[in-house]
Amino acid sequence: MSGSVHPAFVLLLGALFLPVLKGRMRQGLLILLPVLGFLNLLGLEMGTVWHFPFAGYGLEVLRVDKLSLLFGYLFHLAAFLTAIYSLHVKDSIQHLTGLMYAGSAVGAVFAGDLITLFIFWELLALTSVFQIWSRRTARSYGAGLRYLLVHITSGLMLLVGAALHYRESGSLAFDVMTLADTASWLIFLAIGIKCAFPLLHSWLVDGYPEATPTGTVFLASFTTKTAVYALARGFTGTEELIWIGALMTMFPIFYAVIENDLRRVLGYSMINQIGFMVAGIGLGEGMGVNGAVAHAFNDVIFKGLLFMSMGAVLFRTGKINGSDLGGLYKSMPLTTGFCIVGASSISAFPLFSGFVSKSMVMQAAADQGHLVIWLMLLFASAGVFHHAGIKIPFFAFFAHDSGIRCKEAPMNMLVAMGLSASLCVFIGCLPGPLYSLLPYAVDYQPYTSTHVLLQLQLLFFSALAFIFLKLSGIYPPELRSVNLDVDWVYRRMFPATVRTVVRAVKPLKDQLLGGGRMLVTWMISELQRHHNPQGIWGRTWLTGRSVLMAVVVLGAFLLFYYY
Amino acid sequence: METKTNDGRNDQVPEKTHIFDKPKNVKRVIWSLYLICGGLFLLDLLIHRHHSFAEGVFSAEGWIGYYAVYGWVACVLLVLTAKQMRKILMRKEDYYER
Repeated sequence: MSGSVHPAFVLLLGALFLPVLKGRMRQGLLILLPVLGFLNLLGLEMGTVWHFPFAGYGLEVLRVDKLSLLFGYLFHLAAFLTAIYSLHVKDSIQHLTGLMYAGSAVGAVFAGDLITLFIFWELLALTSVFQIWSRRTARSYGAGLRYLLVHITSGLMLLVGAALHYRESGSLAFDVMTLADTASWLIFLAIGIKCAFPLLHSWLVDGYPEATPTGTVFLASFTTKTAVYALARGFTGTEELIWIGALMTMFPIFYAVIENDLRRVLGYSMINQIGFMVAGIGLGEGMGVNGAVAHAFNDVIFKGLLFMSMGAVLFRTGKINGSDLGGLYKSMPLTTGFCIVGASSISAFPLFSGFVSKSMVMQAAADQGHLVIWLMLLFASAGVFHHAGIKIPFFAFFAHDSGIRCKEAPMNMLVAMGLSASLCVFIGCLPGPLYSLLPYAVDYQPYTSTHVLLQLQLLFFSALAFIFLKLSGIYPPELRSVNLDVDWVYRRMFPATVRTVVRAVKPLKDQLLGGGRMLVTWMISELQRHHNPQGIWGRTWLTGRSVLMAVVVLGAFLLFYYY
Repeated sequence: METKTNDGRNDQVPEKTHIFDKPKNVKRVIWSLYLICGGLFLLDLLIHRHHSFAEGVFSAEGWIGYYAVYGWVACVLLVLTAKQMRKILMRKEDYYER
């Protein structure tokens, strides 16, 4: 098979046929498209570059190298798994936009220049928001709007950054840059928004939990990973990223502990995992970037799996809050098992996928002597086990019995979860194939006795801490609540500030309005005085006086005209 | 009580007891965790762990039980801090809808 089609177009254009098909035909195409896209990808030669002249600019719409290929494979795999997971969905809009969203992500990672990147960047935003809106609730409508606003802003920053970059360097190529000028900072922050940098992260935990059960699985796979790719492409070795990444691993885990909506807990843990990738990219070429990219690959699968299991719970029970759930292992034993595999992978248990990638980032930090960073990452590693590894399965499937009895997840969901879980274990046990896809040559052995032992100690004593806190009653109960995050600034503070300002200027406004109103009232009353039946212009005049008046006016007119 | 679900079934039949319905089984899980933790701690005495950092940068990582203690303390600190955060950050569920 020759790779003669641009990889993005298989999914982008193929998806357009989905709404016109029905039933099994649509389901078949939904699964077939990612497979076709993948086969098309296999036909692309390493090093291929496609140029496309557009309005005087030489765009590089396709650039194939190890980094873009790895993300290309990953996105097709994710699209395939998510397609299976959402087979039961009847709403064709979700299928259409879901695969177009995947196609946009594929387009973005193969973009060789900033303009092509921008186009796919915005397409990502536009196609993904439907996964939130398709929930069709007032809350999801608002969350979707906020999500879209943030992502369009990110796209505009990218565009302005690209324009400035072109003016300064005369090139639109998307390659490694340094944070030296406004252009690079704008591009950096545009990527940072999509990457959920601290303070720019709240769109993720605001939007993702409001999406449909299948929508969140789509969302978790593409947007942030495209951003991780863009960072790896443009800002490898940027020192600032080490600290940004370490912060990202730290702060969300505190939120995750007290969050009640279990999909929002996963949202926070997602930022935590992206933190490891961002730090890895900051640590630079070799082990750092390899670890980051490998972790992105694994994260799409295990985080997808966790979102799938929570989606299945939401789909079957209609509930997702930790305070409402519990005891579901009785009704959904298979989903419980798959969730535990996902939880073990994100926690980086030996033999599960997280173990073979996260440790590379840790090792890169230690090799470069970043002690504080390393301690932060180690803290976050213990913390992620605590909130994602234990909290998610525990409060959904165990804890106190909520009394909910439901059916096991539908077959297509179980198949998707089963495949994802198998991949988690496969990569965890045999990391070789994944390592061979990484951009730099790999000289790393994850399974040493030291490494296995220290990781097991870290994790089991974290579990011990959970048991201790739970038994002693210190562990905070799941409460129906929301926790304020950065989105409070634009959901509460800005509107409140506007209201306060309006209230402050109200007296002034009242005076102005009052004055105006008095003027108008006066004018009306004057008009009335002259034009009412008794007024000089309104009353009925006698014929004689009218004729006299007409003569006077005509006379005046004659005189005026004569001279 | 029941909100809209995609579940066709609503069990009224008395169901079988499940594995964690018996407190004894829960105790078993907890005790096996204690045993595993004890074993892992003792392994530090038998297996010499290699250092992650270069010689002299961070000698504490070689201490016996370093990772065990770090993991335990990290999680307790995490939860205690998060509990305090609730006092400042927690609002009613419909906070943004009001």
